[in-house]
Amino acid sequence: MISKVAAAIFLAGTCALAGAAQAELLGDAKRGEALFRDCSSCHQVGPDAENRIGPHLNGIFGRKAGSVGDDYRYSKGLARMGADGLVWSFDTLDAYIENPKALVSDTRMAYRGMKDEKDRADLLAYLRDFSASPANIPESQPTARAREVELSPETLAIVGDRAYGEYLSSECLTCHQRSGSNEGIPGIVGWPAEDFVIAMHAYKRQIRPHPVMQMMAGRLSDEEIAALAAYFEGLE
Amino acid sequence: MKLNRRAFIGTGVAAAAVLQAPMVWSQGRARVVVIGGGAGGATVARYLAKDSQGQIDVTLVEPTRHYYTCFFSNLYIGGFRDIASIGHSYGKLAAEYGINVVHDWAVGVDRDAKTVTLAGGAVLPYDRLVLSPGIDFVDGSVPGWDVSVQHKMPHAYKAGSQSELLKAQIEAMPEGGRFAMVAPPNPFRCPPGPYERISMVAHLLTQVNPTAKILLVDPKEQFSKQALFEEGWQKHYGGMIERIGPDFGGDKVEVRADTMEVVIDGNAEKVDVCNVIPGQKAGRICEIAGVTEGNWAPVTGHTMQSRIDGNVYVLGDATNQGDMPKSGYSANSQAKVAAMAIRGELLGSSVFPAKFSNTCWSLIAPDDGVKVGAAYEATDEKIASVSSFISQTGEDAALRQQTYEESLGWYAGITSDMFG
Repeated sequence: MISKVAAAIFLAGTCALAGAAQAELLGDAKRGEALFRDCSSCHQVGPDAENRIGPHLNGIFGRKAGSVGDDYRYSKGLARMGADGLVWSFDTLDAYIENPKALVSDTRMAYRGMKDEKDRADLLAYLRDFSASPANIPESQPTARAREVELSPETLAIVGDRAYGEYLSSECLTCHQRSGSNEGIPGIVGWPAEDFVIAMHAYKRQIRPHPVMQMMAGRLSDEEIAALAAYFEGLE
Repeated sequence: MKLNRRAFIGTGVAAAAVLQAPMVWSQGRARVVVIGGGAGGATVARYLAKDSQGQIDVTLVEPTRHYYTCFFSNLYIGGFRDIASIGHSYGKLAAEYGINVVHDWAVGVDRDAKTVTLAGGAVLPYDRLVLSPGIDFVDGSVPGWDVSVQHKMPHAYKAGSQSELLKAQIEAMPEGGRFAMVAPPNPFRCPPGPYERISMVAHLLTQVNPTAKILLVDPKEQFSKQALFEEGWQKHYGGMIERIGPDFGGDKVEVRADTMEVVIDGNAEKVDVCNVIPGQKAGRICEIAGVTEGNWAPVTGHTMQSRIDGNVYVLGDATNQGDMPKSGYSANSQAKVAAMAIRGELLGSSVFPAKFSNTCWSLIAPDDGVKVGAAYEATDEKIASVSSFISQTGEDAALRQQTYEESLGWYAGITSDMFG
C-alpha cells in the first residue's frame, strides 16, 4: 500500500488523493489513545497541544503536509511534499505511519513504523477525533500533560552557553549525525531546547532506559545539558 | 618570531596555563601536520580545519587514497556489508575543509627542527604534530609468521585487501574444512574484534559450508564480552567453534605457512585457513619520532600530548593513555580533545576539561548485536573510566536487533564525523 499511495502522490500531484480512497478501516479510538503513547514523546494532540519535537496533531486530517505554522521547522523533504500538494488523509497518514521513510525519505520523524494495519487504524481513529470535530476537544485539565521528569523552574530557566554546547556536542556527533539523519540513531538537530533538556534529564535519572545515553547524560551537569540544548536547537 | 615560547612541562596542567597567552604569528598561519588518516587523524584534521576558520594550516599525511575502516570489516567478512561500503576517500576533507591531503608515507620526524620527511622526499614543517598511525605488528609475536607470509595467512587486522583475501580463502575452504584464528595478546586494537570475527566467520560458514569447523587459539585467559559471545556461539553455531585458551597451550603457538599448520604446544594441526592476528605496537612512525616507551606512545589525557614532547600529540591505538580500549570510537573521541587543546594553544580559543567516551558494538549473528561502553575523564596519571555498561546475556531479540540497527547508525555517524 505504501507504494500505491506514494506513487499516487508522486505521479498525480495535488488532487489525486481525494479520489484514491482506500477502504477505510473503522478503528477503535480508545485503543488508539493507548497506542498514541509511543508518539507522545514528540507529538502533542488535544487541548493546548503545541509543536514540540514534532508538530502538534490537532486538525491533522485535511492539513497540507508541512504546514502547521511558521514556528515549526520541517525537514526539506516534508516541506517539499507539502508544496507538491500532499494532504494528510487516512490513506496518506496510514502509509506514513507504516513506514515514515518510505514516504518521506529525509523525514526527521525518528519512528520505525507501525506494521500492524489494525493498530494504525485505531491510532488514526483516535487522531481523527481531534480533526473531525475540534469543537468537541475537552477542556484542559490541570494535570493533563505531565512532564516526563519534573524539573525545578531554576533548572528549566538555565540559559545554555552555545559555544560550550558546540564543544560538548562533538561527543554527540560520533553517533548522532549533523545532518539530522535518523538511520539507526535518532536525529537531534533542531529540537526545542526544553524537550532536549527534559529528555536528557530523563536519561540522567535513568527514567529512559538506553544505557549509552544514561552514561552520557549521567555525567553532564544541568548547565552542560542546557548548553547542548541551546546548541542543537539553533542548528538547521 | 619563532614558536619556542615555552618548555614543555610534561603534565596536562601545563596546557591550561598557556592558554591565556595565545601565540602571535608574525608570518603566515599556524601549521599542524597530522600523520594517519583514520578515526583519530581524519577527525582531528577535520575539527581543526572546521573550527579554526582558516587560521590553522592543516596537512593530513595518509598513504592510501581509499581508506577502509577496520570497524565493520568483520561485517564484510560475514556478508553484511560489501567492501565498497566500508571504503572512504579524502575528497571532502580536501575540497570542503581546505585540508592539504598528502598521499605519501611519513618516514622521518625531526622534533628539534619540527619537520616531517615523506617517502617521496618532501619535508613538511610543523608547529604542532599529531601522530595517529594505528598499529603495527610485533616482530616474532607468532613464530613462523611475518608480513612475507600474510598472503597465505592473512591478519586482516588492517582492513582492505587483507579483508578481501581472508573472505575469499574462507569461501574457498573444502567442505567440512577447518578455519583457525590465532588471537593476539593484550593490549591490541579492538578488544572484541577477534571474537566478532569468529562470529562472522561462523555465520558465513553456516551459509556456505555448514560442516566446517573453527579453531580459536587464544593466549588470553579471558576476552571482551566473553559471556555474550559464548552464549551467542552456543545459540547460533553450536558445536562449530572450539577455543583453546592458555591452559591448553593457546599461548604457545607457532605457524607453518608452507604446510598450513598451526602448532599448539608442540602439536601440529593442519588447517585450511589460518587468520593470524599478531601482537601489536604503535605504528612505526611513533618509534621513528622517538615518542614511544616500550611498544606504545605515552600521552597525558588532559590534552593527548605526548609525555615526551609537548609539541607532539598522539591519538588512538598507538597511545598508552590509561583505561580506554584501542578502538575507532576512542580515537575519534580523543581527536576532539586534542583538536580543542591545539586550537587553545595556537589560537587562544576556549579549552574545557577533557571528556572521553567509547562504545564498541559487535554483531554475533543476523540482528543479534551487543555493545559495551564507558565514559572517561583525564586525571594527571591517566585517562580513567568513570562509568560503564555492557549488554546482558539473555536479552530479547527485539533489543538485540535494535542494538544492531544502532550500530549501523553509529557507523554512518562516525564516518561522517571523520570524513565530512
